[in-house]
Amino acid sequence: MNPKRKQRLLIILGMVFGLGIAVGLVMYALSQNINLFFTPTQIATGTAPDDQFIRVGGMVREGSMTRDPSSLQVAFDVTDFDHNVRVTYTGILPDLFREGQGVVVQGRVHNGLFAATEVLAKHDENYMPPEVTEALKQSGQLDKIMGRN
Amino acid sequence: MFAEFGHFALVTAFAIAICQSVIPLYGYFTQQDTLIATAKPLALLQGFALAVSFAVLMHGFLVHDFSISYVANNSNLDLPWYFRLSAVWGAHEGSLLLWALILAVWGVAVSLFSRGLPDEMASLVLSVLGMIGIGFIAFMLFTSNPFERLLPFAPANGQDLNPLLQDPGLIFHPPMLYMGYVGLSVAYAFAMAALIAGRLDATWARWSRPWTTIAWSFLTFGIALGSWWAYYELGWGGWWFWDPVENASLIPWLVATALMHSLAVTEKRGLFRSWTVLLAIAAFSLSLLGTFLVRSGVLTSVHAFANDPERGVFILGFLIVVIGGSLTLYAIRAAAVSEPGRFGWLSRESWLLFNNLILTVMAISVLLGTLYPLLVDSLGGGKVSVGPPFFNAVFVPLTAILVSFMVFGPLTSWQQMKDTRQYRPLIVAGLVSVIAGLVWPTQMLGAYSIASALGTVLALWLVLGTAIDIRQRILEYGSVRVMSRKVGAGFFGMWTAHIGVAVTIFGVAMVENHTEHRDLRMGPGDVQALGPYEVRFMQLEKIQGPNYAADRATFEVWEGTRLYQAVMPEKRVYNASQMVMTEAAIDPGFTRDLYIALGEPLGDGDWAVRLSIKPFIDWIWAGSFLMGFGGIVAITDRRYRRVRARKASLIEDRVAPA
Repeated sequence: MNPKRKQRLLIILGMVFGLGIAVGLVMYALSQNINLFFTPTQIATGTAPDDQFIRVGGMVREGSMTRDPSSLQVAFDVTDFDHNVRVTYTGILPDLFREGQGVVVQGRVHNGLFAATEVLAKHDENYMPPEVTEALKQSGQLDKIMGRN
Repeated sequence: MFAEFGHFALVTAFAIAICQSVIPLYGYFTQQDTLIATAKPLALLQGFALAVSFAVLMHGFLVHDFSISYVANNSNLDLPWYFRLSAVWGAHEGSLLLWALILAVWGVAVSLFSRGLPDEMASLVLSVLGMIGIGFIAFMLFTSNPFERLLPFAPANGQDLNPLLQDPGLIFHPPMLYMGYVGLSVAYAFAMAALIAGRLDATWARWSRPWTTIAWSFLTFGIALGSWWAYYELGWGGWWFWDPVENASLIPWLVATALMHSLAVTEKRGLFRSWTVLLAIAAFSLSLLGTFLVRSGVLTSVHAFANDPERGVFILGFLIVVIGGSLTLYAIRAAAVSEPGRFGWLSRESWLLFNNLILTVMAISVLLGTLYPLLVDSLGGGKVSVGPPFFNAVFVPLTAILVSFMVFGPLTSWQQMKDTRQYRPLIVAGLVSVIAGLVWPTQMLGAYSIASALGTVLALWLVLGTAIDIRQRILEYGSVRVMSRKVGAGFFGMWTAHIGVAVTIFGVAMVENHTEHRDLRMGPGDVQALGPYEVRFMQLEKIQGPNYAADRATFEVWEGTRLYQAVMPEKRVYNASQMVMTEAAIDPGFTRDLYIALGEPLGDGDWAVRLSIKPFIDWIWAGSFLMGFGGIVAITDRRYRRVRARKASLIEDRVAPA
């Protein structure tokens, strides 16, 4: 093999090796950092794991929001119209957070309560997060919401 | 009738784009100079037609023509005129029109500034640009026509522009970003033209380089503006969220950065040619993929518009044609490319090769992290999301490696480094940086952080390394003046951009590790401590804006017994959409930003309030600006003009004997 080819082969082998290691590490990091998505029904029926970082999507149930009078703590129900999950959160809610609107919350389930570390609301009047659509589709209540708009 | 005129101009542009892509290509293969010569005028015509179309839509916004559905959905009688202008690109259809217009503007630029380029080559480049134009204009005409009418029942008033977008940041962010995104299509077109013509050589790299660099600069400005806008308008003080749409712009940026460096090797040494072509294809394909992700609504994102799946299918089809077509061409042609010359293991080529490897790995990891949820979902694994911890885990170590390349690379000679003693000052600088970097976090607010120390070490080392490189070159040439004349603008651009990287890294490390941040319940009269300051909630009042009503709070910030400043954050409710918006009060500073925002009313006159001190946050964007500015400096290099000058003198020579 001439030296030029040999160098090229070494470079390509090195690159493949490097890329392989990198992709492996990336996939490992991915598997450690994904958050699974659950519907309110899955949480109410206990399908969702306790004390693991997950996402839940659904609608904020009308009239379910309560506030602690002395701190920033709030609690509200997220519903897919079959089941509700009680969510607690301490902090500032997004501007578009409303009762009766779609929401995605991230956090952990503990003793049947969902302690949220982050609340995401939609940023556009006509936009529904795919997770929320999915949750409502599963509970067969999507038409109800769509019909209302 | 006016809107129909715009639609007609768009259809005309479509027809011109078809001519622009077919005629010069046919002329090239049949060697007919008259057909080849049509490319430039056609590109100018297409630009003109799209400019007319764009102007008509803009006019529709200015005169409140609510019979145009797009205007009715995104404007309002109360909307100030400057936001009516920027509303043109505030939603799907209009932003596509802007995209098509910018593509045509790049085509015009190529026809005007390519006098150094042989006509055959320029016509091929313009033909490829024409093909991309066909794709985008067809997309508009068939799925998202911005001139669709609401007749005979035109509404009396519009629904208003999304209040998030009623901000000066939006006036500049999308056009800048698109200039970058679409500018990569020029690099792509050059690569395709070179493949078609079978001349992948150093000359091709020299033609392609300034176009790639300027597109990269725009992309850098666009991303930085977007991040800045997110910071003060929607992010609650965050500056980057690893949101799919942000990632969609970061991925092409990383690939384009690799492309710029790979082009340097191709131009100077004639090496890495196949790789460079592949990067050019990847950079443009990835910016198309980004568009697909944004426009199809397959991912959860703050940028996602309400949209229909038909559009996603169209872009996906377009993407497959572009990637499939160019890779096929690549497969046919690139095999014949031989790589002349060799390089030693310790050479600038090696450093740049590894730089490319790291940047590619970065791009692939962001891509994987962004697409992983889609992948899992389509495989029936349920809905998942990938959070910032993943991206941080990948980016921090890779950036550290990349910085060390940036320190050693520029000081290494091409082909083979003979005298490694030149590295000594760099190693000394590294030791100095480590010591200074380890001490620095103790001077900052909050707990000691090893991540903050790492960021400081890297930033300082990069600045010192660049300074050493500059000094070596001054010594080499004897004086500053000789040096600055000899090395060319390219080097000054590189130094500026590399220092920009250091500034950004430092800003990121400080903000991410030393931000003091408090969410509180406060009412008028309440006092809270924030770092060295004391924040007093003075009063709350109702005010009336042009198209919104707002609660405005006044906070006084005291430094000991001295009143430092009074700031007034607002909570707005926009009249037309009833959307609520937070207007944070930010006091920017060289070493820190003071950030105060109103959350929601909690009853009894109390509000949720966010107070934070963000150390060195403006350095993130200052550094990005330096990077982009470095790109602009680099393209002023004399050698890009010399090609043209040489050609001019050739013509003179030819004329002279006659």
